[in-house]
Formats: sequence, C-alpha cells, structure tokens
Amino acid sequence: MNPRITMAVTGRVLSQLRRDHRTLAMLLVLPCLLMTLLWWMYNDSGPIFDRIGPALLAIFPFIVMFLVTSVTTLRERSSGTLERLLAMPMGKLDFLVGYAVAFGVVAALQSVLAVGVSVGLLGLEIVGHVWLLTLVAVVDATLGTALGLFVSAFARTEFQAVQFMPAIVVPQILLCGLLVPRDSMPDVLGAISDVLPLSYAVDAMTHLTVSSSAGEVWGDLVVVAAFVLAGLALGAATLRRRTA
Amino acid sequence: MMKSTVEVSGLTVVRGGRPVLTGLDLVIGKGVTGLLGPSGCGKSTLLRSIVGVQRVDSGTVSVLGEPAGSAPLRDRIGYVTQDSSVYLDLSVTENLRFFARVLGVGADEVDRAVEAVDLTSHRDALAGNLSGGQLSRVSLAVALLGKPDLLVLDEPTVGLDPVLRRDLWELFHRIADAGATVLVSSHVMDEAERCDRLLLMREGRIIADDTPAAIKAAAGADDIETAFLALVEASPA
Ligand SMILES: Nc1ncnc2c1ncn2[C@@H]1O[C@H](COP(=O)(O)OP(=O)(O)OP(=O)(O)O)[C@@H](O)[C@H]1O
Ligand SMILES: [Mg+2]
Repeated sequence: MNPRITMAVTGRVLSQLRRDHRTLAMLLVLPCLLMTLLWWMYNDSGPIFDRIGPALLAIFPFIVMFLVTSVTTLRERSSGTLERLLAMPMGKLDFLVGYAVAFGVVAALQSVLAVGVSVGLLGLEIVGHVWLLTLVAVVDATLGTALGLFVSAFARTEFQAVQFMPAIVVPQILLCGLLVPRDSMPDVLGAISDVLPLSYAVDAMTHLTVSSSAGEVWGDLVVVAAFVLAGLALGAATLRRRTA
Repeated sequence: MMKSTVEVSGLTVVRGGRPVLTGLDLVIGKGVTGLLGPSGCGKSTLLRSIVGVQRVDSGTVSVLGEPAGSAPLRDRIGYVTQDSSVYLDLSVTENLRFFARVLGVGADEVDRAVEAVDLTSHRDALAGNLSGGQLSRVSLAVALLGKPDLLVLDEPTVGLDPVLRRDLWELFHRIADAGATVLVSSHVMDEAERCDRLLLMREGRIIADDTPAAIKAAAGADDIETAFLALVEASPA
C-alpha cells in the first residue's frame, strides 16, 4: 500500500460525490428524513421511538452506504477504469481503502447529522454518550461500505449489484433484534443472528439507550470493526488484476 | 543495439470457452507497430495480455525484460483500453490529475498531456460532456502521463476526423522517435501505411509481420487491404 495512491483514490471519490448532488442529498439528508418520519409515526404511541430509534440509527447508514458503495465500485469495473488502475502502480488495498476512507468520511458526516437531528430535534433519549452513539453509527456505515465493496466483486452489472441488497442486507435487518429481541428468537435464528455484524451494531446502539457504561459498547464495536476489516480483506482477495 | 520491447511465446488464451489466441509467437521492437485485423480476431486480447490484465492459459509474455503484468512494469506502460476508461463525472484535468497522482508524476505532466492531445480548450469540461473523439483523446492523454516506455493503444483513432487522426499518428511517431515503443491496434486498413511495422492478424494468428512496403511487395498488392485479402486466401483456413 502507498498512502499517496490511497489518498488519490479518496480525493477523487469525494470530488465525484461533490458533483453528484442527488447522491449527496441521499447520503446526508435521507437518514435524517427517515428518522423524522419514524418519530412522527410513533408520536402518539409512547416511548417506542426511544426503543427503536437507536437501532435505526445503526441500520440506515448501513443500508445507504452498502447501496452506494456496491454500485459505485461496480461502475468502476464496467467502465474500464478499474482495469486501467490495476495496470498502474495501484495496490488492491489502495483502491479498497481509498474508497472506504472516502465513504467513511461521508458516513461520519451522515451520522453526525442523523444523530444530531434525532437527539437534538426529535428528543431521542439516550443514557450513554452522544459521541459514542455517533462513533457506532460511523462504524456501521463503514461496515456497509466494506460489504458493498465485497459484493461488487460478484456482480457483473449494476442491476445485479442492487439485487444483493435483499439478499445480504434484509436478513440482517430482520435478525438484528429490531423486530424481535435476539434472545427471544428460536435458537437457530438466534445463532445465525450471533454471526451477523449488524446484530452487534444494533446491540451497541440499544445499549447506549439504557446504560451509560461503555464497556459492552466497545466490545460490540470491536466485533463490527473486525467485520469491516474482514470485508476489506475479502474484497482485496476477490479483486483480480487479470480477468478472463 | 535495438532490443525487443515485447516478446510473446506460445501464448494461448481461451475466452468464453473458445480459444482466441493459440500458441502465438511474436517480437515487437521500438518504433510504431500497427496491429491490424478484422473485428473479433483477438487484437484486444493480445494487447491485454501484453499489458498483463488478461488471464492467459499458457505461454509467456515479457515486456522490457520483465514478465508482463509484473509490478516493475506498472509505471512504464501507458495503456488505452478500447472503451474510454476515464471518469465521466470529472473534468479533463481532474481525470488527469488523479491518474498523475496514482503514477506519482507532477502537475506539469498533466499540462503536457493535455496539450499533446490538443484538448487545452476543453481542459475544464466534464469528460461526460465531450464528444466520442474528444473522450478517446482524454483516455490517450492519461496513457501519455509519465512518458512510458511502452504505449499500448487499443483503437485510439476510432471516430476521429482525418486531420486529428493525422495529428495523432504524428504524435505516435514523435513518441517513438524519443525512444518508446508504440503498439497501436486498428481495424481500419488505411491506417496501416502510417506504421513502421505491421502485424496483420486473423482469427488469432499473425499472418504477416513486416514493414508495410514489404508486406505489399510480397503479396504483389498496391495497398494493405488487397495484401490482407491475398494473404487470407493463401493461408490455410
Ligand atoms: N470478456 C469476454 N468474455 C468472453 N469472450 C470474449 C470476451 N471478450 C472478447 N471475447 C471473445 O474473444 C474474441 C476476440 O476478442 P477481441 O476483443 O480480442 O477482438 P478484437 O480483435 O479486439 O475485436 P474488435 O476489433 O472488435 O475490438 C472474440 O471472439 C470475442 O467474442
Ligand atoms: Mg478490440
């Protein structure tokens, strides 16, 4: 890896995003709007927003980043720019980490906004530290990025890339504890839930709403971060300089 | 003594279950070499093998004394793929500055490359708003960054007007005169006369490898197109 090249990729991805106002709006504004919608839905139903809001703060950035990343990297494959880059002195990890850092920066902005709106305007009650909540959201978004980078290796078109969304993202949402607490699921599903990264992200968020102790949150964060690294490593392993 | 830049021996490539190149042997030296042949004959496959982005089934390809695709070659080869391979949502200079940073070359190289392909007046235009010919010149400019020792250009003159085509061929010769090897593919036979050396390709085989004049003389033809047809008829199907 070469920091100059990694940062070149990051800088380029960010300038492309800056040009693309619609995607930027989707990345930054949409999670805030969705949180507002949720708050409004449960406005007359007691403390439900406080219960599920934090989980959704983990889920929205994950979904959005997964989608944007898998489609953008696939576009890079199909346009021939990836082939050109890999014929240049570009390490595979330069490429992947460059993307991950760029989207990580966007994820950080997105999470600060979403957490700010939820806690500041919508009155989401959390007991733990707000900065820790933001950190969890950023790591979740990076998880979406890493998985998006990984699955783009298995798609040949942008259309196929989008189809990974129901296959990879939706099961994680169903099993993460948002709909049924993880310990009340049937054993098999509970075990599956235990090996899915989003479960740990949601656990961390939920923990922050009920307790101010940070120990368990850090434990969950480490698990999610390990999935991020594994996603990047698998992404690098599936990126081929030579293609058929 | 002039040493060969590219040496291909016994190269076999199977794509989509069908053999595209079988046991190809080839040596390419300095100067401008044209790779000509009909659509689908395997030109891009051969160029990709030389650049080192094609999965090959057997045989060896060495470039500048190193195995094709190996790390020391990656900043010594300029490669223009058949599709434009630039970022349509970035401007001409933004594209070039990005690739220059990847290659570790300075900003003066960007200006030089933009001038070389005659895009100075469009340097701040978004690549996606350029015409097809302008876009392929942006792609060519990227390949010129850092003065590579080998330029591999896959149909770089498609869709260009005659004046621009002439200018680009002059540029290829200037680059070759400065000591580089330039390998250009085309399926337009009338570009043949502009090459120092010609490789005529058909169905994955090289059916002629000589100067344009020698190829015409051997086939007793007045132009390369006639010579190509004569060679096709003479070669075993
Ligand atoms: N990605 C691919 N997968 C499978 N087969 C391929 C692929 N790309 C090309 N081929 C096949 O390999 C053969 C040679 O293709 P190649 O692109 O090298 O031809 P070409 O001489 O460059 O043609 P053109 O002048 O049209 O660019 C063709 O029969 C083509 O169908
Ligand atoms: Mg081709």
